Amino acid sequence: MTVFIIRRLMQSALVLFVMSLIVFFGVYAIGDPIEIFISPEADQMERERAKIALGLDKPVVEQYFAFLMAAIRGDLGRSFVFNIPSITLILQRMPATLELALSALALGVFLGLPLGMYAGYRPHSVAAKAIMAISILGFSLPTFWVGLMLIMVFAVNLGWLPSTGRGETGTFLGITSSLFTIDGLRHLAMPALNLALFKISLIIRLARAGMRENMLMDYVKFARAKGLPMRRVVFVHIFKNILIPIVTVIGLELGSTIAFAVVTESIFAWPGMGKLIIDSIQRLDRPVIVAYLCIIVFMFIIINLLVDILYSVLDPRVRLSEAKS
Amino acid sequence: MAALTPERISPAAPIVPPVQTPFRRFVADFCESHIAIFGLGVFALILAAALLAPLISPQNPYDLNQLDIMDGRQPPMTKSMGSFTFWLGSDDQGRDMLSAIFYGLRTSLGVGVMSALGALAIGMAAGLTAAYFGGRIESLIMRIVDIQLSFPSILVALILLAVLGQGTWKIIIALICVQWAYYARTVRGTALVERRKEYMEAARCLALGHNRIVFRHLLPNCLPPLIVVVTVQVAHAIALEATLSFLGIGLPITEPSLGLLIANGFEYLLSGKYWISFFPGVALLVTIVSINLVGDQLRDVLNPRLQK
Repeated sequence: MTVFIIRRLMQSALVLFVMSLIVFFGVYAIGDPIEIFISPEADQMERERAKIALGLDKPVVEQYFAFLMAAIRGDLGRSFVFNIPSITLILQRMPATLELALSALALGVFLGLPLGMYAGYRPHSVAAKAIMAISILGFSLPTFWVGLMLIMVFAVNLGWLPSTGRGETGTFLGITSSLFTIDGLRHLAMPALNLALFKISLIIRLARAGMRENMLMDYVKFARAKGLPMRRVVFVHIFKNILIPIVTVIGLELGSTIAFAVVTESIFAWPGMGKLIIDSIQRLDRPVIVAYLCIIVFMFIIINLLVDILYSVLDPRVRLSEAKS
Repeated sequence: MAALTPERISPAAPIVPPVQTPFRRFVADFCESHIAIFGLGVFALILAAALLAPLISPQNPYDLNQLDIMDGRQPPMTKSMGSFTFWLGSDDQGRDMLSAIFYGLRTSLGVGVMSALGALAIGMAAGLTAAYFGGRIESLIMRIVDIQLSFPSILVALILLAVLGQGTWKIIIALICVQWAYYARTVRGTALVERRKEYMEAARCLALGHNRIVFRHLLPNCLPPLIVVVTVQVAHAIALEATLSFLGIGLPITEPSLGLLIANGFEYLLSGKYWISFFPGVALLVTIVSINLVGDQLRDVLNPRLQK
């Protein structure tokens, strides 16, 4: 276990290093760094001064190390548009994204698990076939288009839900979130459902497959023979066994939910980091782009590591140190 | 699957021609599924619409001479100022949506197929190299594949496009970088199995060159699972390109793919003019679903574990 974590940490450091190379040569070396870090209004004098201040008169390798050192100290430049450090800007937007991603995952579990279990319990019923059809649609429909159609139906035609923004936020136990006000929840409903659609389909399939497999197992027959009601067998015995793959997938999907939040946030004007990066790419706010890329890669490395560790804790049959050696 | 029971073989057996080539059997197996044939038919229609767009479109939507601003934002089935009907409505510039969709399909399919082929070439080379030579090269290549696959595709594409900038070739490069790892993993998996078979040993005993063994003996036997991955990845590439173009970081405005058409209609959606976004989305959905239907059947037909 320890060996595995150490090896993974070394690998993560390597990925971060490669990432920093890509970002450095992509954004610094190909583009003009003066234009990246100095606002376009600056005059010639200021440009020269900045060039020396930023160390751009030095060789490329030395510049790269200077960039690396600054990045380690958490200094990735100031946003042109907001004129605050880009790291701060992204960290400010992070709670909104996490809130959206976690709500979507929760929705995926609470809708997907019961639907999938039912579809596996009565696989030939009409309802089960309808559920499977929904899950196939959920896989094939492009997320952004579903988002537009949700807006069309619920915001434009029916007028039930607001289509943009995060709404009022409330504070509970020191956490500020849209989850704690009615207005916030109304704003959250559509984006969360949109982002959750793919997760719901995925969890339906996993739960259905797990249900069908476990129903045939001897322990189910034994529990029935013991005289337990079917309700208890399904909700206690089978449920526990279905959960193992689902917990793993939820862990893995947390990362992709945060990444795909970019799309949902852009459609619903949700003020998270995803919308920030798209806006920054369009406004050429390069310090923010650099900071976002570094932070998101770092986040992913942490999430992937945690999921692998969690997996071995949940399922002792997986021996990480052996599996990866 | 269920269709593999004897009743599937018996009606076909007397009609099957005496010479049963692998290709004929493949075609016969594929036609077992009606829904797959339907998918293939729909995809053929879409492909035809994309290829013949200039001939069958009522209007060339990117020829400014043919556009009339008075035709802007007409609902479906309206008569245009010219001689034809806007079956699917028109956008803010007075473009016929049907024609715009035909031209958009051209771009979307083109980008999807080109990136899938590019990724296939690179992934195949990497996977074959890894499986054939093994050792350090293999662990290096497969480690890169593992690391890349631990990041979601949209994130990899976003990073690359943020660094590369906008443009048709840039998005194709980004899509290739996103997809090559899937091909590499599939090819390596198959090639590792094939490598241990007798024909490979025979080829090595004949002292054939590496190139000849890899390309004439190993590669053809790795193709079946690759074909499945290509179909799935073309659909994936089309969806990803549409998403990126919708976000405004994919294709430039001069090459309007379906994703851009949908993005273009977004601002009019709030005023109830649904058709500008709705119909390109339907076209995108039908394209992706038809490719996936074909892919599903191909997976069953080409899966050696399911073969009779």
